[in-house]
Amino acid sequence: MTDATVDNGVNVGALLDAREALTGAPEAGKFTWEASCRWINGTHSRSTCQAFYGLGEKQSHKQEFTFESDHPEVLAAEDNGATPVELVLVGLASCLTAGVAAVAQRRDIQLKSVKSTLKGSMDLAGILGIDSDIRNGFDGISVNFEIDADASPEDIRALVAQSQKRSAVFDIVTNPTRVTVEVN
Amino acid sequence: MRTFDCVIIGAGHSGLAASYFLQESGIEHIILERGEIAHSWRNERWDSMCLLTPNHQVRLPGFGYSGDNPDGYFTVAETVNFIEEYAQFIKAPVLCGQEVVSVNSTPLGFSIATNSDEYVTPSLVVASGACNRPSFPPCAGKLPESISSFHPLDYQNPGQLPAGKVLVVGASATGVQLAHEIHGSGRPVILSVAEHVRLPRVYRGRDILWWMETVGVLDERYDEIDDLVRARSIPSPQLMGTPERSSIDLNSLSGMGVQIRGQLMDIRDQEILFSGALENHCELADLKMNRLLRAIDEWVAEQGLDAEFGEPEDFPATRVEGSTPLSLDLHKENIRAVVWATGFAPDYTWMNLPVLDRKGRIRHEAGVADWPGLYVLGATFLTRRKSTYIHGAEDDAREVCEHLSAYLKKRSVA
Repeated sequence: MTDATVDNGVNVGALLDAREALTGAPEAGKFTWEASCRWINGTHSRSTCQAFYGLGEKQSHKQEFTFESDHPEVLAAEDNGATPVELVLVGLASCLTAGVAAVAQRRDIQLKSVKSTLKGSMDLAGILGIDSDIRNGFDGISVNFEIDADASPEDIRALVAQSQKRSAVFDIVTNPTRVTVEVN
Repeated sequence: MRTFDCVIIGAGHSGLAASYFLQESGIEHIILERGEIAHSWRNERWDSMCLLTPNHQVRLPGFGYSGDNPDGYFTVAETVNFIEEYAQFIKAPVLCGQEVVSVNSTPLGFSIATNSDEYVTPSLVVASGACNRPSFPPCAGKLPESISSFHPLDYQNPGQLPAGKVLVVGASATGVQLAHEIHGSGRPVILSVAEHVRLPRVYRGRDILWWMETVGVLDERYDEIDDLVRARSIPSPQLMGTPERSSIDLNSLSGMGVQIRGQLMDIRDQEILFSGALENHCELADLKMNRLLRAIDEWVAEQGLDAEFGEPEDFPATRVEGSTPLSLDLHKENIRAVVWATGFAPDYTWMNLPVLDRKGRIRHEAGVADWPGLYVLGATFLTRRKSTYIHGAEDDAREVCEHLSAYLKKRSVA
């Protein structure tokens, strides 16, 4: 297999150039990502992402992206969108999947399909305040990948392992992160 | 003030190897040693430490192991002896008790001030060691003061530690060896594990480092590998040197009762927080070990040597409990001491030239620093993967001294 035949749509050359450039200019590598959220009604809210900061200046997505979030009817809500915890799973899935594609490109592995199913388990006794020993968040997340690619099962496992190693969302959910909340 | 064509800082195995090649080229030089020959080996190693390399791999330019236990592992005392014998063998021009306090640039090259003298030289080889200072994660400073804190640089044996549970942070060769020894002393150990390198001590009947040398892994050059920054920061492999040639890994440690936890990420009051990425770190280590073992198998098959060695072996995957706790209450768990096996850093506080990177290491390419006439030896993956080991000093020192010799010639012509 050669580079010419493997195309997962990832511009690895550009990513490597970026790494090179940012090693020499560490300040440019400091990014800030943003989301804005507005309450609609009940547990329904609408969040948007457009602006972010990086490479030393303000940046912008090509358009504003919008995300509805709500709770389902079994939790006495109107179900106008995915729950916030499902959006966390979406973030993790997308991040790991992007990583798989990038690492596969770098390792000259042609992907045919990459599917994943994520499950986050949670005991509502936490958020409902029934039992203070139970945490609010997930007690665990499982990720199941089904990957069809021109590579051995061992190489595919290595792809997924490397993707976890370089994933921002995997790091955010597996490691403690300081969160500061202010009210204006 | 004294003048030499070259000054070497440090009379350890790297500095002495450089002296060997400088003598070969007839370059007049001196070795400045802050204490005695092999000072770090004498003073900054724990009691039970043994070399990771088997004795048959212990060699310096022109000098090798000559004892009757080629498959054994040197103790620290034997290592000190070996380095001392080498210094005598090559008649190294060592000045002991010369602690360097500053290095400055002069029109003649470098001026080096020690505690009692001053030296001027057009070329300088820094071989003062890679492990002079402890390296801690940023959160280490938040450890409550009531808990004793040790680094391998001040740890000597378990007798120093208070009775009770001990948290060992880090699963390099140092971390797993100390976890093994401390747990064996009756102090229950919790071991915090980040990215690590797993290797069996013996594979198909031979020492794993013999294999890595034989199939060429240890000879991989800095300019041949994909990610040098990463290769230079890889922790040392989980190996120990025992007469039984036993392997040590997370499975063997948890088998003896050591509790395995993820990477230590933060300390909040009395609580230690561990990463949930332990499974990923273990899987990466298993995958890499297996890739190496299969490369060895392929090499054996290609050479047609299958009959000479034992059968290919598989080792069980690292067992990780799905319910591994993500936090540890120091008070409730009655942790009495923390041992930070979190790495080392060189000490270049005396270096007044702008040659250090943001982590305080001398910037260099294959030992040639970013400053005319300045050279480094004894750093991880300096020119080759084996740079970390004693036998790696030979090729590193040869290449550095060739460059240095050419530099001095060019300089004298100009």
